[in-house]
Amino acid sequence: MRFLRCADSGLLIELADLHAVQALYAALAEAPPEGVTDLVPAARTLLLHLDPQRADAARIEAAVRAVEPRDGARTHGDLLRVPVVYDGADLAEVAKLTGLTEREVVHRHTSAEWTVAFGGFAPGFGYLAGGPAELAVPRRAESRTKVPPGSVGLAGAFSGIYPRESPGGWQLIGRTDLEIWRVDRDPPALLRPGVRVRFQEVA
Amino acid sequence: MSCLEVLAAGPLSTIQDLGRPGLAEIGVGPSGAADGGAFRLANRLVGNDEGAAAIEVTLGGLAVRASRDLTAAVTGAPCPITVDGRGAAVNSVLRIPSGVELRMGTPGRGLRSYLAVRGGIAVPPVLGSRATDVLAGLGPDPLAPGMVLPVGPPPDRFPLVDLAPVAAYPADEIVLRVEPGPRHDWFADNALTALVSRPYEVTSDSNRIGMRLAGPALERSRTEELPSEGMVAGALQVPPSARPTLFLADHPVTGGYPVIAVVTAADVAKAAQARPGQRVRFRFKTGRIR
Repeated sequence: MRFLRCADSGLLIELADLHAVQALYAALAEAPPEGVTDLVPAARTLLLHLDPQRADAARIEAAVRAVEPRDGARTHGDLLRVPVVYDGADLAEVAKLTGLTEREVVHRHTSAEWTVAFGGFAPGFGYLAGGPAELAVPRRAESRTKVPPGSVGLAGAFSGIYPRESPGGWQLIGRTDLEIWRVDRDPPALLRPGVRVRFQEVA
Repeated sequence: MSCLEVLAAGPLSTIQDLGRPGLAEIGVGPSGAADGGAFRLANRLVGNDEGAAAIEVTLGGLAVRASRDLTAAVTGAPCPITVDGRGAAVNSVLRIPSGVELRMGTPGRGLRSYLAVRGGIAVPPVLGSRATDVLAGLGPDPLAPGMVLPVGPPPDRFPLVDLAPVAAYPADEIVLRVEPGPRHDWFADNALTALVSRPYEVTSDSNRIGMRLAGPALERSRTEELPSEGMVAGALQVPPSARPTLFLADHPVTGGYPVIAVVTAADVAKAAQARPGQRVRFRFKTGRIR
């Protein structure tokens, strides 16, 4: 664990891997130290937002070191089934990059149980981890200026679903009609850290 | 219900409050007033809770008409104000009788002014806040002529002072205190020195998300990709252009470029008042590099 200060506004904690991030996030989300206003888990780091009036970074660092990380990710227990039409613009490219056939890409994407590791990028966007290593692909060299809402993509070891039209560089393999983000719904985001996801192919 | 009718909106006027912290896990950033200090002062002047929704006016140009007798205050970038055509002062308690117009001109210094009305702007909250987040597309639309804004019931508290003393805004250079950021070791040895050696100029490519700066290049020593990580307001993120972007209220929850330094929380509000073309100078808070 390495602690990196962001002036008096934040404390960035660098961890060994995504699993360690999720375990520490789960423990701290339950009982955040005094002065911590928000927690931002990411692939290898956990950022603590601090209230500069109330937070003492040294005390918080000591509190974090004393925390027992929770084994495994925080699990909401929910399993979200996501119907997908696999006709994405980059499906052929993903097949080429992975050395699989397009059908094999679809099969591996639908066979795995994914888990939302963290959010970011846009409201309602969840980074889905836990997929097969063969599906790890780089981002597109050129980012698209407009990715349609519901697009299902791959980037690095993650899969994701675009909540609304936005620019984006993920390799698009399909699309879903499921509204994963609706501001007038409680909760507005279907993809929250800990939610498990199964993709299902539909015609 | 009392309300305010928008007659003119200027370049950009939005409704803001203290934002929606605590929602990073679903990809929603804090947002809220860019200059929190000026925003809170406006509410205190009219007797509101500090977090009541008010209007953030960028480079003036807002004109509103009251449907009932209202009490208001304008803080932040000092702009010429008229109430019913007569001049009025910033940082003071203003009485706006029913049917009368309040107009805000272009500020001579600073960028963002705040108009608070007693009772607060009572639009429906989105995810617990009435702030407009221009990056996430959350909250009320920016103001436009013809919009009618509801005003909430007056609080129990009454205005305590008629006029608040506020330090003058700098016309030339703005000094911002920084500390080395979480990824300062991703940069060449002289990069932190370069950051504080000469002033940067605020470019016109700046908004509530962040301020793009022109000035000394900040060269990296490590060129591999940084996995996205959480970002704070005040972060100086350095994209491949080697010129820093200073993140403001609507900054993204996470970012993929290294942060060389972070502006201290108290000075983020000062940064939010820097106008395009103005110079900002960074200075280490401790006077030395850790």
